[in-house]
Amino acid sequence: MDPVVYFFVLGLAARLLRSDLKLPGVLYESLTIYLLLAIGIKGGVELASHPSGPVVAQIGAALGMAILIPLIAFPILRYAGKFDSHNAGAIAAHYGSVSVVTFAVAMTYLVQRNVAYEAYMPLFVAALEAPGIIVGVMLGRMADRGREARWPALLREVLLGKSIVLLLGGLLIGWLAGPLEIAPVKPFFFDLFKGALCLFLLEMGLIVAARVGDLRKAGAFLICFGVLMPLLAGFIGAVTGWLVQLSVGGTTLLATLAASASYIAAPAAVRIALPQANPGLSLAAAIGITFPFNITFGVPIYHYFAQLLHA
Amino acid sequence: MKTYPKKLLVIISEAALERPLVADVKRLGAHGYTVIDVRGGGAGGDRGADWDADRSIQMEVVCDDVVAEKIADHVHRTYFEDYAVTVFITDVGVLRPEKF
Repeated sequence: MDPVVYFFVLGLAARLLRSDLKLPGVLYESLTIYLLLAIGIKGGVELASHPSGPVVAQIGAALGMAILIPLIAFPILRYAGKFDSHNAGAIAAHYGSVSVVTFAVAMTYLVQRNVAYEAYMPLFVAALEAPGIIVGVMLGRMADRGREARWPALLREVLLGKSIVLLLGGLLIGWLAGPLEIAPVKPFFFDLFKGALCLFLLEMGLIVAARVGDLRKAGAFLICFGVLMPLLAGFIGAVTGWLVQLSVGGTTLLATLAASASYIAAPAAVRIALPQANPGLSLAAAIGITFPFNITFGVPIYHYFAQLLHA
Repeated sequence: MKTYPKKLLVIISEAALERPLVADVKRLGAHGYTVIDVRGGGAGGDRGADWDADRSIQMEVVCDDVVAEKIADHVHRTYFEDYAVTVFITDVGVLRPEKF
């Protein structure tokens, strides 16, 4: 298994054993900024040196997929899971959006196995973050038309969130600068990337372990949903990637994005847009179940889906 | 040294409310505010401030009693039902009353 996963397990174990290990909140934030920028810049530099494929059509198909996933998740949560519409919408919004760190783990998984992927894949991360949140919130709000919706605030929050600004900003900087100009910052943004990812996953382990209590309250349905929904969404993502002719690596990454649940952009946006929803439920599922599942078993399964479809 | 009586309004809430709260207190007549990152716990569990969704803030506003009451009332009506929020008001003495 990839060493990044061991760091996650270390964090998990430390918190469960009640160690006093705690990473400062500012480090979590700094690492998030670093990872987002690094992913963006790497994509931008490679975009500058290689001509790109039919990006616009592929992104369009991926956007359709991002809208479809919360539309599937919502009725499952509402009718099979018996959640009220606010909570069903909130959880659907988290699963409709994407997790950048899960994407980063899938990227390192492919690099380690020498599987090539399209250089512009970070563009998909930026494109797929917002639509799922907006659809989830719309579904969650259907029941209460009377209340003031605060749409302008929500749209600014999700469309100009830090992850989108940093990913697109990094892509643009990498693309404008090109491989030669970016060389002096390469040691910082490229060579140190995996180390920073390890540190981030250590922190994620601590965060996930702190959610164990929520998980007990969430119940068996949500735990099953946290595993089965990513498998279903991952398969939809793999089919989408295969249909728009992404490579095996690109298909794996798109499937991973489809399967992943957001815990950076979605929680903040949903907290404001769907205040009645209990954040403990969405976070227990997204971070307590789906994130650990994806980085351990999920990514290899999505890679398998991609190989199967391309065979 | 002579001090003048004012109110100190303290709002402790989830960090997600920082932006709306800043807009609210300005709109309702506060001349200034201070926001501090904090951590703690209560009826809804602990908030360790480890990461974004777990962060809490403490907002402090020094103002006259009318504004303090207006803000407290607004926070009560708007946020108490769905968010983790604590509000309290205490008496303070300030040196430059025209600033608040």
